[in-house]
Amino acid sequence: MEAIQKHAGKVFPLNRTNVDTDQIIPKQFLKRVERTGFGQFLFYHWRFDDDGNQRSDFILNQNAYADASILLGGENFGCGSSREHAPWALLDYGFRVIIAPSFADIFYNNALKNGIIPVQMDEEQVSEWMKQAEESSLYLQVDLENQQIVDDERTVPFSIDNYHKEKLLNGWDDIALTLHHEAKITAFEGR
Amino acid sequence: MGKPETIIEKIWNKHVVHDEEGKPSLMYIDLHLVHEVTSPQAFEGLRLTDRKVRRPDLTYATMDHNVPTKNRDVIKDEISVKQMETLKKNCLDFGITLADMYHPDQGIVHVIGPELGLTQPGKTIVCGDSHTSTHGAFGSLAFGIGTSEVEHVLATQTLWQEKPKTLNVHVEGDLGPGVTAKDLILAIIGKYGVRFGTGYVIEYTGDAIRELSMEGRMTVCNMSIEAGARAGLISPDEKTVEFLRGRAHVPEGEQFEELAEEWLDIATDEGAVYDQTVTIKAAEVEPQVTWGTNPGMCVPVNGSTPSADDVEHKEDLERALAYMGLEENQPITSIEIDHVFIGSCTNSRLGDLKKAASVIQGRKVNPKVRAIVVPGSFKVKWQAEKEGLDLIFKEAGFEWREAGCSMCLAMNDDIVPPGGRCASTSNRNFEGRQGNGARTHLVSPEMATVAAIEGHFVDVRQYAGALQ
Repeated sequence: MEAIQKHAGKVFPLNRTNVDTDQIIPKQFLKRVERTGFGQFLFYHWRFDDDGNQRSDFILNQNAYADASILLGGENFGCGSSREHAPWALLDYGFRVIIAPSFADIFYNNALKNGIIPVQMDEEQVSEWMKQAEESSLYLQVDLENQQIVDDERTVPFSIDNYHKEKLLNGWDDIALTLHHEAKITAFEGR
Repeated sequence: MGKPETIIEKIWNKHVVHDEEGKPSLMYIDLHLVHEVTSPQAFEGLRLTDRKVRRPDLTYATMDHNVPTKNRDVIKDEISVKQMETLKKNCLDFGITLADMYHPDQGIVHVIGPELGLTQPGKTIVCGDSHTSTHGAFGSLAFGIGTSEVEHVLATQTLWQEKPKTLNVHVEGDLGPGVTAKDLILAIIGKYGVRFGTGYVIEYTGDAIRELSMEGRMTVCNMSIEAGARAGLISPDEKTVEFLRGRAHVPEGEQFEELAEEWLDIATDEGAVYDQTVTIKAAEVEPQVTWGTNPGMCVPVNGSTPSADDVEHKEDLERALAYMGLEENQPITSIEIDHVFIGSCTNSRLGDLKKAASVIQGRKVNPKVRAIVVPGSFKVKWQAEKEGLDLIFKEAGFEWREAGCSMCLAMNDDIVPPGGRCASTSNRNFEGRQGNGARTHLVSPEMATVAAIEGHFVDVRQYAGALQ
């Protein structure tokens, strides 16, 4: 996976709670056998009507958010199905950071494996940014190394597990790391 | 004797391969189940890095998500065909046993694991599917993983895991007549919400859980993920042992008895402490129906949809009602349905089908309703046919299908049309889950069957002859 240390970008505010991975990438697009090319199907039924035309009422379709690369979401983001196609679609579309008050466990892990920074942020701060991003536009600078996000006025700290942070910063291949412990795995199997 | 431990801690401690301060633990995985949708990219990853599958003998694959349930030989979607062919090739190349869609062991991955005896108490079990929590019914620590983790397990037979917090969902007393395992788990999620289990492994305890059949326990554990918990489990008891006796992948004779002792030892010790406990009174649980677009949006069948005054997030309520085509304060029994789906990894086992058949016997599916039964596995289907259940369903106007995931997520041709409304025994009522624009109401098999007869929701307890 691609390493990520810092990311600056425009915020796409998705003011909904419990956004499930079925919405992020609907099942009819899970049949591909590649990891790439899912971005065009991101939030498919929210972005497009039955005839494939863009829905004007979905905020991502507004020009102002066309180049957003930070997704700001509600509680329990990424709940439901374990499909890793969800982070693949987000990444392929151009999102490198997701900020939400809470994440579903499996989605959180899947995001980490793909070089997306999942930032857990208190609800008050999320609401404030949500409002700003909806009403005008909001740019954020996310600094993973120093665990902080900078907006126009302030610097807001966030917490992330050190282990996850290191892997994101370095873009490490999980399997290669694990295989350093191969002797222990073999010993475990011999017990 | 040492400090009393929960089953979760016991399984955890037995599977740590490597531990380091401040880091997740490297955990050994005893069983890896694989299906066609979430595995192709993982195998591709192995090829690109020239890695092998470390333990093909601990890996077992089947096809379930895409498979046609009408005629196995007719698949219109070429990409579905490609996905299934890819799994076949991957299993062949990497030496993994595959129950393809013509194989007598085929079925929904969470139905066949227990059926074959692959699922056993004390095991760590993973699969690239969030409903892997189902296997927890046997006292195994079982959870869903993403495709990168599938690749990791294929290559190393291990996973990096944070030690989970433990949550005891204690269900005291007995469920009333006509109230099922499905109603219980829906009521739990309805009460505590879709994220109360996040970061936890749930253990279900109490008399009501002990009284459930193994099938009922699987229904409960299956939906742990809908409460946010990656895994939910139940300490094994004699019922667990008897269910597994004689299964294809468990030993026989004395060896089995020894194993059974080990299984029973893994149960939570008296006096063990959980990080959190909630208590439910089983007698208060009523038959449930979901009205909205997540499984927490559910009420008793004699209730109504909420009003804006009752909820925290008004926008979520409005969105959900608009999607579902319902009003605030609308009585559940006034909701008319046009589809019924009996199936999925939640409710497609023989016991589920038997209960539905006993309700429909001698009655007819309402002419405006299209109703299908999709058995969870080939074996369930054959056994049901041996007992004549297929004839009862067909006589009543149900379609009788081949095994697969089918209309739970509509990846094959079993789709609810836009605006269609389905009483479904599956686990997710998300927008578009059963088809773009389709509306899903989650219910028990018994409740789905009475809805099929009446064309709208009815309290199964008021339905003459429906209670056994």
